[in-house]
This record gives sequence, C-alpha cells and structure tokens, in this order.
Amino acid sequence: MTDSSGPSEPSRHTEPHGGGHFSAVSDIRLWFTPERLREEGDTPDYRFSLANERTFLAWLRTAMALVGGGFAVDQFLPETGRPLRLTLALMLLAAGALCALRAISHWVRCERAMRRGEDLPVSRFPIVLGLAVGVVALLMVIVAAFGWGG
Amino acid sequence: MPEGKGTDGSRTRDRDRDPGLQPERTRLAWRRTTLACAVAASLAGRQTLHSGIDPAPLVILALVVLAWLAFLALAHHRIRAMHAPRPPALSPRAAAAAVACTVVLAALGAATLR
Repeated sequence: MTDSSGPSEPSRHTEPHGGGHFSAVSDIRLWFTPERLREEGDTPDYRFSLANERTFLAWLRTAMALVGGGFAVDQFLPETGRPLRLTLALMLLAAGALCALRAISHWVRCERAMRRGEDLPVSRFPIVLGLAVGVVALLMVIVAAFGWGG
Repeated sequence: MPEGKGTDGSRTRDRDRDPGLQPERTRLAWRRTTLACAVAASLAGRQTLHSGIDPAPLVILALVVLAWLAFLALAHHRIRAMHAPRPPALSPRAAAAAVACTVVLAALGAATLR
C-alpha cells in the first residue's frame, strides 16, 4: 500500500504509537467503508487477518450464546415470577447485543493496529463480561434452589 | 494470488498451502458460528410460537428466519472465499452484517418476552 492519507484523518502509521485514541464515531464509520480501512498502513500477513477474524467469530458466538441464554431463561424457568424472569432475560439479551457490537469494534481496531504496525489494543471488556456472567449465573442458582418469586 | 497458477498445478498448491491450516480453521469457525446462530434462531422461533398465533408473532418469526438466512448467506460467501490459498481479509461490511444479525435476533427476542 502507498502512503495515502485519508480524506478526514491524517495517516499516522509512520509513528508506531501515535494513533492511540479515535472516537467511536470514526470506528463505526470504518465498519461500513472497507476502502478507508485499506487506505491505512500496509496489508498484514493474511494469517494475522484470519486469526483476527476467528477471534471476532468467537466473540460473535459468545454473543449468540448469551442471546440464546436469554430466550432459554424466558422459556425454561416458567415457575419463576415474571419480573425476575424478565430481568434475567433482558440482562442476557442486552449482554449478547453489547458483546456483538464490541466484537466488531475490537475487530476493526485490531485490524487497523496490525495495518499500522502498532500494538494490539487492550480491553477491559472480557473481565466485565466474565463478572456479569458470574453474577447472572449466581442469581439463577439462587432462583433455581429457592424458587424465589414463584 | 501472484504465484498462484504454475504449470504444475498440484506442486504450486502444495507450496501455497498454509501448513498452519489458517483458511481451514477460519472456515470451521464460520461453520461453528452458523451453528450457534441456528441454535439462537430456533430458540427465538420457539419463543414466538409460544406466545400464541397472532399476526404479530408470525411477523417476528419471519424476521427471525430472515436474520438466520442472512447470516447463512454471509457465512456461505465467506466460506467460499476460504478456498483460495491466501484468502483476502474479511470486509468490514460483512462483519457489520454478521453483527447486525445477532443484534436483530436479540431485539426480536426482547420484543417477544412474556
């Protein structure tokens, strides 16, 4: 790839740690404009891109499992009171949607970091998701064991 | 693919094939994800059927099926791209569409909660 500057943001791949933070809006624009992603830096080894794609798919599966879990709570805990059941189901559905959105945002940021030869972005999301899933699981154990809200 | 087609096809293929099997692993990852999507979509479909037969649940069921078919088409397209020895990177638009399918399933599910 040549050293081409994008129309609205300067090309920063010459300085390795220069482009740390971009607004979420610019990230979201990148989702729909593959040309702009390709304008930055150099095309990395195809194996790196495929590995990034598999990580994205793994997060997408996690998101789908959470969404499926939301449906499962609503359908398979019929004795639980409606407010509690709805809360659990909505929490899981929201976590699934959030996880999917975060998957693509992380994928785009990794892809761009690889093109620029920067360090891969770090993220607090896995630990947040882990804690949230733990809390939901504990709640469900309590609901199933004590039959609360029934 | 600059050196893709030689006179000796099989030999070129062997040299081009990634010993780490990256395209194959990516293809299987798409398959797994399609399977996960099928599970989520069938649970969503079950959900709509349990809320009785009205016009609205049927519309939601149709949208669920549509989201699943869209994901299937995306995955199929990408799996075909994996036949190349050095597949091009996933396009952001396809990634956004795959994410949209998941978010749509979640939203449709939220709409049919009892």
